[in-house]
Amino acid sequence: MSALVSNTAASQAGGDVWQGRARSLEISGLNVYYKNNKKSIFEKRTLTHAVKDVDLVMYKGEVLGLAGESGCGKSSLARTIVGINKNYTGTIKKTDPYPQMIFQDPYGSLNPCGKVGWILKESLRADRKKRRSEEEMDMRIRKAMEDVELPVDFLERYPSQLSGGQRQRVSIALSLVQDPEILIADEPVSALDVTIQAQILRLLDDLHRKLDLSILFISHDLRVVYNICDHVAVMRNGIIEEYGETDCVYRNPRAEYTRELLRSAGI
Amino acid sequence: MKYILKKAVMMILTLFVVSILVFLAFNLIPGDPAARKLGTEATPAQLENLREEMGLNDPLVVRYLRWAGGFVKGDMGDSYTYGPVEKLIADKVPITITLALMAFVIMTIISIPLGIYAARNKGGFIDRIIVVTDQVVMSVPPFFAGILITLIFGLILKLFVPGKFVSYNRDPAGFFAYLLFPAIAIALPKSAMTVKLLRGSVIEEIGRDYARTAYSRGNDTRQVLYRHILKNAMIPVVTFMGMALADMVSGSIVIEQVFNIPGLGRMLLTSINNRDYPVVEAIIMGISIMVMTVNFMVDVIYRIIDPRIDAVD
Repeated sequence: MSALVSNTAASQAGGDVWQGRARSLEISGLNVYYKNNKKSIFEKRTLTHAVKDVDLVMYKGEVLGLAGESGCGKSSLARTIVGINKNYTGTIKKTDPYPQMIFQDPYGSLNPCGKVGWILKESLRADRKKRRSEEEMDMRIRKAMEDVELPVDFLERYPSQLSGGQRQRVSIALSLVQDPEILIADEPVSALDVTIQAQILRLLDDLHRKLDLSILFISHDLRVVYNICDHVAVMRNGIIEEYGETDCVYRNPRAEYTRELLRSAGI
Repeated sequence: MKYILKKAVMMILTLFVVSILVFLAFNLIPGDPAARKLGTEATPAQLENLREEMGLNDPLVVRYLRWAGGFVKGDMGDSYTYGPVEKLIADKVPITITLALMAFVIMTIISIPLGIYAARNKGGFIDRIIVVTDQVVMSVPPFFAGILITLIFGLILKLFVPGKFVSYNRDPAGFFAYLLFPAIAIALPKSAMTVKLLRGSVIEEIGRDYARTAYSRGNDTRQVLYRHILKNAMIPVVTFMGMALADMVSGSIVIEQVFNIPGLGRMLLTSINNRDYPVVEAIIMGISIMVMTVNFMVDVIYRIIDPRIDAVD
């Protein structure tokens, strides 16, 4: 059903260095559906098939880029992995603590009614598999703030008192407090200024190295993907058209669609 | 703190303006209070004496200051027929306030759970029933609801005796029991509006990004709703409920007529009919003070629950 063109290094020249490493996420045969809103009561409720038969693997400690135009199903895939979207078939094998997500819009993704400290603590409380003491929660929160290079007195601020870049750092801290193995970054910088974009990307890269995080980096910006990702998956209309090591895919794209994307990005 | 002070000063200024308007209105109405008091038989000399005695010959500003000054001190002037106004309205005020507060409590109890339930089950069968009922109830004015309630609960089901008001110092339980039905009549349309507003507000907040973020951290619907969404969703609702409470104070005028309750509203109408202007002035001022106090409290509460005001300030 899927027109997956495998573009692993193995198929081109000698093995993919990642193959055989521990996996932190395995997705197989994933289909995601959305219910459409009915326009009138006479209409039948229809489903949009957002993600079609996707298989995807994330190795421990890698940065996997997920590229594709808007509406191609990137975000649907990400949301299904973190569990926001429950209308899916197929299997998602994820390790505990579960993957956490950084959202695109740092202005809307933080509860405007809570101080940063409260928001972070809420995120810890939401993880009901573990009961944590107040001290442990405070410690984790402080550590997360340190990781994203924000001063602790920001814990007493409301999101409205922070800049876009600061908010995105809070979002990152928010996804770090539960100490996950995988971070899913859904276009984490596209709502920010260019200078701030670079800072946040550098921060993500640092965290990836320091904490041995796997990052699923979703972006439509192929240049950024090229710079930071070990593997790349190119998605179109809910199908992964091409997957492979970033170098190989960029140098020798197999799918026509990948070529098109690279051409329009000027690479 | 600065914000609260600012609002308090605004409130006092508004009261000042209202008092000027009220005073002017009743002094521009044609008719001579002295003549009214003495009747048609009075001689011009008697009239002139009484005018002098009542201070009606003083300039408008002096009369205003005397009236307003007395008001501040708790002296609201004399009714043309019944003596000091403050004594007249002293035992009416608690009745009207109780009625408004009961209506407010009823509104809160009915509308908040219903609004949340409807929003959570949006599009479901019960939600649709709530939405349709809401639309109907919203458009029934309190006096009509009052008439229907009197008919159904008073005359048919005999749950209360229409017109048999009991004073609170004689029988507190009976007093509250009698006020229950008028309070419901006042509360119904406001409840319907609150349900509609809260339902819309919760549905809107559920779609917000931060709610989605909260889900992604592992919260279930219940947690997202009560820990994250509700506080945000309540912001417009609290504003509306505050305005509703203010409205209930002034709206009880009509309902007191329907249910024969000797509160401020009844007294206001009687005094208007009798052209007993000092009483009318006092009641209008009293109602404005209550309405403005409620608005002030809403501003303060709003400030507490919505930190975003802070940022723009």
